[in-house]
Amino acid sequence: MIYNEEFETLPREALEALQVKRLQQVVQRVYHTVGFYKRAFDNAGVKPDDIRSLDDLKRFPFTTKQDLRDNYPYGLFAVPMSSVVRVHASSGTTGRSTVVGYTKRDIETWSELMARCFVMAGLTKNDIIHNAYGYGLFTGGLGAHYGAEKLGASVIPISGGNTKRQIMILQDFGPTAICATPSYTLYLAEQGEEMGVDMRALKLRVGVLGAEPWSEKMRQEIENKLDITALDIYGLSEVMGPGVAMECLEAKQGLHIFEDHFIAEIINPETGEVLPEGEVGELVFTTVTKEAFPLIRYRTRDVSRLVKAPCRCGRTLVRMDRVTGRSDDMLIIRGVNVFPSQIEGVLLNIPGIEPHYMLVVDREGNLDTLEVQVEVGEKVFAETGEVKVLQQLSRRITKDIKDYLGVSTKVKLVEPKTIQRFEGKAKRVIDKRTI
Amino acid sequence: MNKVEQISIFLENKPGGLEFVTRVLRDAGINIRALSLADTSDFGVLRLIVNDAEKAKQVLKENGFTVGRTSVVAVLVPDRPGGLHSILEALSKESINVEYMYAYVERSGEHAIIIFRFNATDRAIEILTKSGFTVLPGEKVYSL
Repeated sequence: MIYNEEFETLPREALEALQVKRLQQVVQRVYHTVGFYKRAFDNAGVKPDDIRSLDDLKRFPFTTKQDLRDNYPYGLFAVPMSSVVRVHASSGTTGRSTVVGYTKRDIETWSELMARCFVMAGLTKNDIIHNAYGYGLFTGGLGAHYGAEKLGASVIPISGGNTKRQIMILQDFGPTAICATPSYTLYLAEQGEEMGVDMRALKLRVGVLGAEPWSEKMRQEIENKLDITALDIYGLSEVMGPGVAMECLEAKQGLHIFEDHFIAEIINPETGEVLPEGEVGELVFTTVTKEAFPLIRYRTRDVSRLVKAPCRCGRTLVRMDRVTGRSDDMLIIRGVNVFPSQIEGVLLNIPGIEPHYMLVVDREGNLDTLEVQVEVGEKVFAETGEVKVLQQLSRRITKDIKDYLGVSTKVKLVEPKTIQRFEGKAKRVIDKRTI
Repeated sequence: MNKVEQISIFLENKPGGLEFVTRVLRDAGINIRALSLADTSDFGVLRLIVNDAEKAKQVLKENGFTVGRTSVVAVLVPDRPGGLHSILEALSKESINVEYMYAYVERSGEHAIIIFRFNATDRAIEILTKSGFTVLPGEKVYSL
């Protein structure tokens, strides 16, 4: 089944002609409405009129996460706030998150793209969707919710957490599909088993799972434990939210990018050079229809590959490989994006902390864990030498990281000078997870 | 006031941690007079009273330890049933809180020596002295 047959199966030539037309419009619009883009284009010596083909896009400058932070909160909005009907934001230290906005039409577009994703997963208005993505500033919850309503399916807006209750609802309400992060889905399956629930006997048929990297092995485990088909969905709040790309039920091989709304490029993260089709590199997105928060050549830092070969589902949309890694140091802990520099920012705001730390990421069962190792210096200890002072410090670190970044950590205080010192670029992360 | 200087050493919970402390102190010729190890699930703090606190701090720091200092009180406790109770009774009446305590290695005549950490050190000393208990001065404790 295809939700929007016309746009999802356009011949490539027609699709690319549509992309060029929409690209020309968005480039004109941002140049005249967003100061940041005007300066960036002027500095790069390019004008909106320079777009004559898709190939001309590569002459335009990239937009980075740092640009988004520098223009916090509304600096990159291309419409007045009176036209913005909703904002979302990603986590950030001390308020420096990245904020995105949507007009009424943006929400409609997003809802349609999410509806396309659900149909791609074989769902119809007769399905009941258990939406365990978090509702709130995170785009996952509301994004999937609006898409499910657009499709006409019944949504259970359960949001994240409260696992026992989720398992009860999975049994009693009889949802046929689940939206969640892959790791939480697996956790639900395991907790259910522990509670003596036959998780394979639930009515669940399909999982639309994303917001973090996962492996083929994990997919098999989820499919086995829940007796469902588990499909990968991709998105990021900057570009829109979930629903930028989705794996189809028919092929389960790569995620179809909705190219009538987004132009995808793969670049060499070191040089910025655009790589030929089929090569692995960093994904870059340009949004061609977004009104409130258009992005030109946004560097996602996600590592993937693009394949234009026709798909057996009938869609002509390009497919991206499941994301295999990052071209920067961002960590995804239980679906929450965390940069080591953000944790550093939190630590440096706590009096008495030494600027030496190490992050150890691991996976216990199927849940990510983050341990923050911090050296205990003279400053915090010398005054009193008391155990309780150290325990307070440890609790404060955990709380501050949770408050600012939304991620739970385990703090380990270590002896001074035991964390490795670096002369060049510090290696602050030990990631023990095998994906 | 008759306070005693206690040094505290932060230790991770790992084999060999304590052994390294005692080795550093032995090599510096420092004698441990009393000690107590406080542990949590993640780390420990070793509390020591030594014959030369200054020197001990110096050699421990040189060897990379985080060392803290705390004022504690050494009290002579009658070595008989109810001895400790009589002290705690006097303090409890005045709402002094004992944060932790540990026993000294040696006896002093008919008395045991107990090291106390109070929430209000000066006030506790005042009460104890007034109630007729003997609070030992630092110099005496270090060289007993």
